[in-house]
Amino acid sequence: MHREEVVEGSPGGGARFAPGDAALVAPEGLDEMLAALARLGYETSGPTVRGGAVVPGPVASIEDLPAGWHDEQSPGRYRLEHGEDGSLFSWAVGPGSFKPELFPPVHELWQARRDGEGRVEFVAGRGSSRSKKRAFFGARPCELAALSVLDRVLVDCATPDPFYEGVRRGAVLVVAECGAPASTCFCTSMGGGPEAVAGFDLALTELTDGDHRFLVRVGSALGAEVLTLVTTRPVTAADVAAREAVTERARSAMDGRFDAAGLAELLAGNIEHPRWQEVSERCLACGNCTLVCPTCFCSDVRDTTDLSGTVHRTRSWASCFDRDHSYLHGGPVRVSVASRYRQWLTHKLSSWWDQFGTSGCVGCGRCITWCPVGIDMRAEAAAVCSPASPARHDRLAQPEPRRPTGADVPAGAEEKEALP
Amino acid sequence: MAPLPYRVTETQEEAPGVVTISISPLGTAIPAHRHGQFNMLTAFGLGESAISLSGSGPEGKLVHTVRDVGPVTSALCGARPGDVVGVRGPFGTGWGVEDGSFLEEGDVVVVAGGIGLAPLRGAISALVARRSAALEARTRSGNVCLVIGAREPQQLIFGDDLARWAAGGARVTVTVDIPDARWRGGVGLVTSHLGAAGFEVEGATALICGPEIMMRFTARGLVDAGVAPERIRVALERNMQCGLAWCGHCQLGPLLVCRDGPVVPYTDVVADLLVQRER
Ligand SMILES: Cc1cc2nc3c(=O)[nH]c(=O)nc-3n(C[C@H](O)[C@H](O)[C@H](O)COP(=O)(O)OP(=O)(O)OC[C@H]3O[C@@H](n4cnc5c(N)ncnc54)[C@H](O)[C@@H]3O)c2cc1C
Ligand code: SF4
Ligand code: SF4
Ligand code: FES
Repeated sequence: MHREEVVEGSPGGGARFAPGDAALVAPEGLDEMLAALARLGYETSGPTVRGGAVVPGPVASIEDLPAGWHDEQSPGRYRLEHGEDGSLFSWAVGPGSFKPELFPPVHELWQARRDGEGRVEFVAGRGSSRSKKRAFFGARPCELAALSVLDRVLVDCATPDPFYEGVRRGAVLVVAECGAPASTCFCTSMGGGPEAVAGFDLALTELTDGDHRFLVRVGSALGAEVLTLVTTRPVTAADVAAREAVTERARSAMDGRFDAAGLAELLAGNIEHPRWQEVSERCLACGNCTLVCPTCFCSDVRDTTDLSGTVHRTRSWASCFDRDHSYLHGGPVRVSVASRYRQWLTHKLSSWWDQFGTSGCVGCGRCITWCPVGIDMRAEAAAVCSPASPARHDRLAQPEPRRPTGADVPAGAEEKEALP
Repeated sequence: MAPLPYRVTETQEEAPGVVTISISPLGTAIPAHRHGQFNMLTAFGLGESAISLSGSGPEGKLVHTVRDVGPVTSALCGARPGDVVGVRGPFGTGWGVEDGSFLEEGDVVVVAGGIGLAPLRGAISALVARRSAALEARTRSGNVCLVIGAREPQQLIFGDDLARWAAGGARVTVTVDIPDARWRGGVGLVTSHLGAAGFEVEGATALICGPEIMMRFTARGLVDAGVAPERIRVALERNMQCGLAWCGHCQLGPLLVCRDGPVVPYTDVVADLLVQRER
């Protein structure tokens, strides 16, 4: 069975695999892969077409995958078109990410019942019961990068989020590398893709030159176990070259789209730039960008009491575009849309580094596509980092009046600027 | 994530709308805290608020001083002995007085405005006790100099403590913005009384807690007077909904205040944050 040009670490059919190995799989092999995941007890989510977009949904077989679907994305615009080619992964990320699987949009943390004596009994929230064995199938490399960003926030902290950590540790990640980035994608600037470098269990690259096939790379022992249950062929040097051509095509399409070098410092140094005011006149503060972003992690925590007297504490996604996000008694700290847009963009590209030692943006482009008015954060960041005309500078310096915040602002303190 | 139930054992009104509540664990107690840290207190059914520890006692007793400004703080201020509240914590950074060699190196000046005295109460008591002990043992110790401000005399909190700290050797300056007929203390903002606080600039450490504008002017005044910025600590306040660095609400530029604060040294970054208007 071994032929000359077969590459090393590429055992043939029925073979055993180890991390670092690679194999070729036919489209039907993906069916076996999905069946194997189910057999191993995983609940699998993967790309599906729903509501005119590619979004994660339950997948049981390749019938559920977006065969022949191609997307077209630009600021404020997303279209899906169906072609005849039968390729499964010829699209870039849609509005949905895998984030909700680990960090649900609404999550009941606990319930508490009180008896007449005032004793309190805590019960785990309804949100905690779902299976923690999940497989994320066909996740894009930027999705993987986004999870490692979220790991820094929700796991690498003093008190890891137990739900997120539970799902994350139990998850199988089958990544699909990118060959068809959208105009909004800029992962090469942010280190998110288009190749999957680490952190995956299996990485697929769809090859459509000649026969339709997938080059599968093994990233972990678990990935090896799954691949062992799949019909494979050895990889040839031509297959390796074909994979490189795919990711190289993606890479060169994105090259030069966004210059992130030195951006963190530049943004931090341009807090008073007039562009913040200018963009705030277009921004609707709708929060779409934060909803679709795979790394946004802000949440509200609310307590409610039902008719039986049971208290429910619920955590739900929040957006820094919400006026009350920065609420202190007396009023929000960030009143203007300009200050909220600035908070969002500087957090993503600058202060995230200070807080978590990484960028908060992986370059997936979702916030650009799904902004209803087509604001392209790449253009905003670039504009803020370029010299400004001083004439417009005062506009942000004279913001709308704001109610006092904090306790006991001494009467007349605002006027007494100079120290006595 | 679930709070630990504590029973209210004692309440005391400090000023109109400001109540100190003492609570004791019904079962497990939270870990020991450092002065300046805060807890998330749950008023069951209403919600949770960040409240600094203003003291503690034996058998897990915790003391918080709460100003009634909304639903949760109103319920906490209205709590009766026997009521149950939830506690998560302790969170955040403290003033550093436990490990600090502050008094050995010089004077400690503490500037507090309004309810801002609450998070400083434990730290001040510890400093005054340490100074008394040093005086008794005839070892070198700096002075503890307090500058306490309130809007009106009736809004001054911890009157008994002020007397106790003064008796313990602290130099106490109290000032109000709006005096009444019987007021004998200082008048005006705390910043106008820094000069009279009686501290030696060389080797001084400053702890400041109050409204942001007050901290800004106080810190700037102390720096102008010659106090080293890295020896000045301020306590920041932002919306907090978790205390665990999960919810993102407490962001202030590069900081997550629940994790990196509330007490932070008055570095250039913090000085800029206090000057920049976020709005
Ligand atoms: C580190 C720290 C220490 C503190 N220490 C003390 C202390 O020692 N003593 C003290 O009195 N206070 C202290 N505070 C202030 C205290 O946390 C607030 O005053 C308290 O949270 C107010 O809550 P509230 O529900 O009473 O009122 P409000 O803040 O007025 O809340 C009103 C309502 O608005 C809701 N709400 C709040 N935020 C939002 C939002 N983002 N979006 C929508 N709705 C919102 C609340 O759930 C509530 O139902 C401290 C704050 C911090 C950050
Ligand atoms: S900020 Fe925009 S491009 Fe960056 S990760 Fe979030 S959604 Fe994607
Ligand atoms: S940038 Fe666009 S998507 Fe984000 S809040 Fe503004 S209008 Fe909405
Ligand atoms: S209070 Fe939630 S992140 Fe700080």
